[in-house]
Amino acid sequence: MKAPAFDYVKPKSLNEALGYLKQYGSGAQVLAGGQSLMAIMNLGLAMPEVLIDITGLPGLTDITVTEEGVRVGALVTHATLQHSPVIAKHVPLLWQCVPHVAHLAIRNAGTLGGSIALADPAAEYPAVVLALQATITLQGPHGVRDVAADDYFLGLYETARAEDELLVAVTFPKVKDSEVMVFDELTRRRGDYALCGLAAAFDVSGGVIRAARLAYLSMGDTPVLAPTAAAALMGKAPSEETIAAAEIALINDLSPRSDLHGSVNGKLHWAKVLFGRSVRQLGKSA
Amino acid sequence: MSEKRCDISVMVNAERVERPVLVRQHLVDFLREELDLTGSHLGCEHGVCGACQVMVDGQVVRGCLTLAVQTDGKHVETIEGLSESGVLADLQEAFLNHNALQCGFCSSGMLLSALNIVRHYPEASREDIRDHISGNYCRCTGYQAIVNAIESVLLKNRSAAVVGVSS
Repeated sequence: MKAPAFDYVKPKSLNEALGYLKQYGSGAQVLAGGQSLMAIMNLGLAMPEVLIDITGLPGLTDITVTEEGVRVGALVTHATLQHSPVIAKHVPLLWQCVPHVAHLAIRNAGTLGGSIALADPAAEYPAVVLALQATITLQGPHGVRDVAADDYFLGLYETARAEDELLVAVTFPKVKDSEVMVFDELTRRRGDYALCGLAAAFDVSGGVIRAARLAYLSMGDTPVLAPTAAAALMGKAPSEETIAAAEIALINDLSPRSDLHGSVNGKLHWAKVLFGRSVRQLGKSA
Repeated sequence: MSEKRCDISVMVNAERVERPVLVRQHLVDFLREELDLTGSHLGCEHGVCGACQVMVDGQVVRGCLTLAVQTDGKHVETIEGLSESGVLADLQEAFLNHNALQCGFCSSGMLLSALNIVRHYPEASREDIRDHISGNYCRCTGYQAIVNAIESVLLKNRSAAVVGVSS
């Protein structure tokens, strides 16, 4: 289907873009890569009055390494992340997940900022952002504010970003030597929306798990942390016994709904499969 | 409300096109309806099937998820331009020889994904090829013949590279 009629503006500066956001309010949608937005509009599920095309804004395509971490501009595409040695070295969890994001042609156009702003619970980046406790930088009429990942994802397609704010960057902490990152997901075909996915950040020393942050995708309205299962791994070696004892705890952390893709029990089973795979990976990399 | 148009200037298959476009018109409708370039096909129109793929500034994109107005100042290459320039000749011949197309609806998009593999992943395995074309739906061939065709071009290029090194 075709998108319904809309107005279109392409601001040249951040201030101009923020002016449009204020002017149009909820009637506006921000166009970055457009790989979700255009699909939703073609399906008639979104009918914005105006599209604010931010692809002409300067300074949003940089990947910068700082003391605090790696700052990725909102307009950095999936393909750029996939081929970035800086991301591969410093943010391996993000780097591992990119090949799972849709297909080549979509990775060439879609952006990190767009995915985080949309906050699709089946998307890969929101889970990675949550697992790594990344920081989301929003710019509004009153200046810039940083939001912690834990405070950002509020509900289904609902985030801490206000209507008059623009997501300008996401800052990821740099991986430490003792950390092991594992991303994996289950799909019917490569590039499809994940039936279940897991972004896992482990801290391992002396053959023992010292910390773990597990963020699931496609398991609820937002990316979902599994703190109880993570706690059950503390101080343990990544063995089959550890997995068997800890995976039971997932039922406390996850409450997926049954839908066309699977039943509640089926989804919990997938979550356990990915949990086991990620912990087994620690044995291999130790 | 009268529908908004914007003036764009875009290179399409190395020819400059300057005209006002409806801002709601996506790139494939623009190519097909305004420029009579009907080689790019509209399948699902929401980014799933891959039949609409074209190149923008040298990168494969979904034409149905790109607005025509967004190509202002850019270079667009379609199956027509890429066929004429000869860059697809090896792949097109291989697709014919391996029966890698039947109805042909997916072929223009499929060939662009294939070109990307040939250009950027010369060492791709059969499994890699399947990964790369997972975003292109074909409802005729069952994919086996398409994988065979793409693999045959990769193998030919690899043996040509070896000959080139030893001579």
